[in-house]
Amino acid sequence: MTLSDEHANEVNGMQQSTTTDPGLAAPPATATAPDDPTVVTEPVFELQDVNVYYGDFLAVRDVGLRIPSNEITALIGPSGCGKSTLLRTLNRMHDLTHGARVEGEVRYHGHNIYGPNVDPVEVRRRIGMVFQKPNPFPKSIYDNVTFGAKIIGYKGDLDELVERSLRGAALWDEVKDKLHESGLSLSGGQQQRLCIARAIATEPDVILMDEPCSALDPIATLRIEELMRDLRKDYSIVIVTHNMQQAARVSDRTAFLSLDVKEDGVRTGIVVEYDTTDKIFTDASDERTEAYITGRFG
Amino acid sequence: MATTTTAPTTDRATFEQPKHRARRELRIRLGLQAATLVGVVVLAVLLVRVLAVGLEFLDWGFLTSLPSRIDPSQAGVSPGLTGTLSLMLIVAIGSFPLGIGAALYLEEFAPKNRLTNLIETNIANLAGVPSVVYGLLGAGLFVGILDLGRSLLAGGLTLILLILPVIIVTSREAIKAVPNALREGGLGLGATRWQTTYKLLLPQALPGMITGAILGLSRAIGEAAPILVVGATSARFRNSSPLDLLEQFSALPINIYNYTFDPDPTFQAIAASAIIVLLGALLLMNGIAIYFRNRASKGVR
Repeated sequence: MTLSDEHANEVNGMQQSTTTDPGLAAPPATATAPDDPTVVTEPVFELQDVNVYYGDFLAVRDVGLRIPSNEITALIGPSGCGKSTLLRTLNRMHDLTHGARVEGEVRYHGHNIYGPNVDPVEVRRRIGMVFQKPNPFPKSIYDNVTFGAKIIGYKGDLDELVERSLRGAALWDEVKDKLHESGLSLSGGQQQRLCIARAIATEPDVILMDEPCSALDPIATLRIEELMRDLRKDYSIVIVTHNMQQAARVSDRTAFLSLDVKEDGVRTGIVVEYDTTDKIFTDASDERTEAYITGRFG
Repeated sequence: MATTTTAPTTDRATFEQPKHRARRELRIRLGLQAATLVGVVVLAVLLVRVLAVGLEFLDWGFLTSLPSRIDPSQAGVSPGLTGTLSLMLIVAIGSFPLGIGAALYLEEFAPKNRLTNLIETNIANLAGVPSVVYGLLGAGLFVGILDLGRSLLAGGLTLILLILPVIIVTSREAIKAVPNALREGGLGLGATRWQTTYKLLLPQALPGMITGAILGLSRAIGEAAPILVVGATSARFRNSSPLDLLEQFSALPINIYNYTFDPDPTFQAIAASAIIVLLGALLLMNGIAIYFRNRASKGVR
């Protein structure tokens, strides 16, 4: 599916589209079976004409994506192509970066999160984030998990929440006897799972993961990947990864980003291709994707 | 052999340190030790000298008596001691919240623009302004315009202004040292700026902030010039309580200053006794602060 088809799918996604422009390159809506995996019918995110700037520098250009709910969507591409930048537009993390600016619309269940009267804190409470480097708080394991929940005013049983969240992050058995030890005493892989537990304890709708395994060894990576597949039942996940095998193993959809280099040397990140992971890895439409996947580039 | 400029000409199987390298390491270490010694030795000589001269007059009576210029055995530093303790309290209560608050604002909340840049640069410069200038400011502002009189409160407020820049600068450094990952972690969980600052950044930065506060407070307590300008006297004439904010006040540096310039050598020795009292007060205060700092950094781990 190329970028122009993407817009056609938006029309398909609305189902009741009565007047399909016959000039569109895409097949008419009726030709697409309702369970066609390439169609995103209930997107959690819809990005439209998204540009991200750092000061005057345009880092990512013209992104249009429909990210499905309860699936794992991977953003892959070479270093510096704007994967993390794009991910951070999804929960307004750029608000923290001096000079960063987002143009266009990022709709979350239909609401533009960059619209007026949108509190980024409310956005982030629905859209949690796990970072590249595990960053547990210098507090006990227990307090790490309850931190976010307390902040949003969780009224239930905290002990139960801690157990449920740690089980959800496949960490419970390893830490159940030392809940009051520091989160920093854990190994790297455990710390990252603690960060995932901490994120799911606030019961978000989406979890964004920014290269969550890049600081971990292969075994810890495997555990996190298993965990992601479990979490897909309850959450929509968007993951940035450097590791193509990882994208192929865990994700349902993949967006391939690359750098568009102008003659004057200005480099801008663009989404080259976005499709089901199967399609991207076996039958990419764009030769740049193909070149990257097969290791001829990047 | 003439061509052997490369180092490992000797047997590859030995791991002995080459002589020239050992000598250089030693020279540098001795140089650094000497630099350390200069400070330590000067301080030690000063302390020994002060103790040798001053211990003679130091007793309970010295702490509780009024200053005297007639009979050395009757002389004391009670107004200075109570004044200094009161000033410590006022300055601590006033300067910590203000300094830490300003630092938190500048680091975590203020927009990064030219105005905040200007403010930040100026605060750093203010830390270097001579203390007597603050005294003049205090005399003009608190004694004059606000009409507080030559009072304990006016002196305390002046000292607060004096050390505020130091506390702000050190607190900002402490906040800057907190890893950004912590900030992102908190905000990424949906915490507000203030929740992130209060629950995550502040506990991490607190030990560093307390260090800055110790430095600032120690400086304030040793200052004579600014409170002299504001109008500290060597004694309190009226029989008022130490925390009577609008009464006139004294402080140990003032007592020391006055005793030092007495023509009678005996009274000059009494100045040394007063210095010991001042050092003791500083030690007590720093001890308390360090206790709190250690408790704060234990919570961090």
